Amino acid sequence: MKIDNSLPLEYSTGQNQINILGFWIFIGAEIMLFGTLFAAYFTLVDRTGNGPTGADIFEIAPLLIETFVLLTSSFTIGLAIHAMRLGKQKAMMTFFGITLLLGLVFLSVEIFEFNHFYHVGAGLQTSAFTAILLTTLGTHGAHVTFGLFWGLSIVLQVRKRGLTPETANKSFIFSLYWHFLDVVWIFIFSFIYLKGLM
Amino acid sequence: MDYFDRFAVPHPSPAIYVSMVAIGLTVIAIIAGLTYFKKWGYLWREWLTTVDHKRIGIMYLISALLMLFRGGADAIMMRAQLAVPENTLLDAQHYNEIFTTHGIVMIIFMAMPFIMAFMNFVVPLQIGARDVAFPRLNALSFWLFFMGAMLLNISFVVGGSPDAGWTSYFPLAGNEFSESVGTNYYMLALQIAGLGTLMTGINFITTILKMRAPGMTLMKMPMFTWSALVTNAIIVFAFPVLTVALLMGTMDRLFATNFFTTANGGMDMLWANFFWVWGHPEVYILILPAFGIYSEIISTFSRRNLYGYKSMVGSMVIISLLSFLVWTHHFFTMGQGALTNSIFSITTMAIAVPTGVKIFNWLFTLWKGKIVITTPMLYSLLFIPIFTIGGVTGVMLGMSAADYQYHNTMFLVAHFHMVIIPGVVFAMLAALHYYWPKMFGFKLNEKIGKVGAWVISMSTLLAFMPMFFSGLDGQARRMYTYSESTGFGFLNMLSFIGAIGFAIGFCLIVYNIYYSTRYASRDISSDPWDARSLEWATHSPVPEYNFAITPQVNSAEAFWDAKKHGHELFTGEYEKIHMPNNSGVPFIMGCIFFAWGFSFIFGMWIPVIISTIGIFACMALRSFEKDHGRYISVNEIKKTETSRGA
Repeated sequence: MKIDNSLPLEYSTGQNQINILGFWIFIGAEIMLFGTLFAAYFTLVDRTGNGPTGADIFEIAPLLIETFVLLTSSFTIGLAIHAMRLGKQKAMMTFFGITLLLGLVFLSVEIFEFNHFYHVGAGLQTSAFTAILLTTLGTHGAHVTFGLFWGLSIVLQVRKRGLTPETANKSFIFSLYWHFLDVVWIFIFSFIYLKGLM
Repeated sequence: MDYFDRFAVPHPSPAIYVSMVAIGLTVIAIIAGLTYFKKWGYLWREWLTTVDHKRIGIMYLISALLMLFRGGADAIMMRAQLAVPENTLLDAQHYNEIFTTHGIVMIIFMAMPFIMAFMNFVVPLQIGARDVAFPRLNALSFWLFFMGAMLLNISFVVGGSPDAGWTSYFPLAGNEFSESVGTNYYMLALQIAGLGTLMTGINFITTILKMRAPGMTLMKMPMFTWSALVTNAIIVFAFPVLTVALLMGTMDRLFATNFFTTANGGMDMLWANFFWVWGHPEVYILILPAFGIYSEIISTFSRRNLYGYKSMVGSMVIISLLSFLVWTHHFFTMGQGALTNSIFSITTMAIAVPTGVKIFNWLFTLWKGKIVITTPMLYSLLFIPIFTIGGVTGVMLGMSAADYQYHNTMFLVAHFHMVIIPGVVFAMLAALHYYWPKMFGFKLNEKIGKVGAWVISMSTLLAFMPMFFSGLDGQARRMYTYSESTGFGFLNMLSFIGAIGFAIGFCLIVYNIYYSTRYASRDISSDPWDARSLEWATHSPVPEYNFAITPQVNSAEAFWDAKKHGHELFTGEYEKIHMPNNSGVPFIMGCIFFAWGFSFIFGMWIPVIISTIGIFACMALRSFEKDHGRYISVNEIKKTETSRGA
């Protein structure tokens, strides 16, 4: 394994560079995945059948908490990568931990929100609108859940093995994933919630 | 016993019971054979755990040939049923199941793995790489495809076969009209195989962008590698659409949601749109690598460089973009209105332009070339006229006003078989003959090969030309019988004879493999066709590390330059080579995915949860594992190279 010290740790080997490019292409596929879900959402948004519309069920308080928490977590994962580049493992771990914690808060609020939807009569089977709403939100939520476990396993590995080209590479790729989930949330916030509340 | 009732076949027939027994006996025979010859260890060490792109390619190839026979058997049954009017060989339900699985098997589980086989085997060699970017992911891709294929193939003996057409349009594919678990099989098997294909897409784009030999700029890549790059880009952008569509379809069927139903706001046409937003690019995923193969073969056997390299690349890129803009032409008759239909008519016909450019480039490559007619070349030469018939009828179908006459008739069936068979199947058979010596170290018999090529191409014409006429006369596709007064009998009998011809042609290919394995000379050079690109610069069969020394590239035909113009391909000393370790995890993960899919299909939620945990456990295992691969020492390389006569 040739290590090029002129590059940041996460880019320092050939395999590392390949991993990062591969992950960007994966994000390309993810954009298509969420793009398709949004296309389906826009098609089905007014097809509410006998069920409620978005304006009937959306609540502003959990939405603001979710948005605030997730956007902050995107900032803290950025700080974690910055600390990693400075070689400060302890600071990096702290920011990583905060990120995952914020992710957990987001997820809890989302579960609470789903529960609320269910209780106001917007279940998965109610109408085409509720089905696509819950599927789109659920797909994002499933990504966050997966990210929590993934991030946790990276934290454990960095703690055990220190900052090596390999762990740095994994951490960096995780940060790309986490930022991406944030971008998707911005679209969900704007085009599902805000548009629905208007 | 009620619990097991769900696994019963809803529409049993003697043929299905015979198949059950045959499958059972085959499984027993395979297990007994492996045990008797003590091959379990060999199978596990050399194949099931391999991450070598060449072996994975060969496994794709074997799967594709197996599936070709499954899909072929379906085709023969269909043609036999339609050979005479009012035939009672198959009933309506059985016929529905057969045309459905014929379509799925041939496209997803025959044509796709055939292409993957050559992409896996050839692309890393053509770019001078040791393996793909993510070898273990590549193994996982294969096992996901394979398990998806197995899942679909057991459907007709466990629980019932899918029967709503390979397009599975809703509401027909919904619970109301498709009560059996057949369509669940469709949703889950395609989902699992599709995930594998998506990973292949990511893997090969990264490989081609990052792992080319020094000196090989993008515009110096061999044409097959270019076609693989464009194809994989289409895969990465098209397959997620299928993923979402299948997810929604699965939820409609198993969780009673209302995406595609006709009640509570559901929209059945949304499925048709999503299916074809994936489905039309899928057609180009099949055809572009085939075009790449033809480019390699035609230039090799014309002894000329490929005419119009840049326009070849440009037309592939244009085709890939247009492929996403034509999906509505699959349902012109379903009421989008004149403006939408006109726009999609124009984009559809526009695809004929870059495709025509490619056809003319091949003709100009042949022009004044020293043409050598070998089996691969014969397939390529037969491809051009037959494919053009299919292509031109495609332009006819693309005219939305005229499509009201052609839609859902045998004319359409004739069209897409006349493009897919000469386009994809001929290309894959050509590639089979062309790359066989590189894969196994001996050539397939040329005489049997050429007879096979003639039999298959003439059968194509015999089987599908009559359908153009019966289709224009109004014979609808997917009808299991017709009355004598329609007068379709004679044309359908011709098609049936063509189908028998196909069967004979494919038997010839199998016989050729058997014959050549026994009798062909092993004493051939590593470059038996006098070819032009890097894959012929290493030994046959290829050593595990592909190239002892990484080749230096100066043009799109580096190997030809090395042979004829004194270009130095291999400079420098042997160095130790880094290779990835084998792993059983992809295979095990594939098996868990099979269990996951199977229990999902039958709504058995506890096994679903257990296997989901199993899948994530495999991923966690991979994450925590320390696997830095291994090194092949200089001594070992020297020994291998000397034994191969370097």
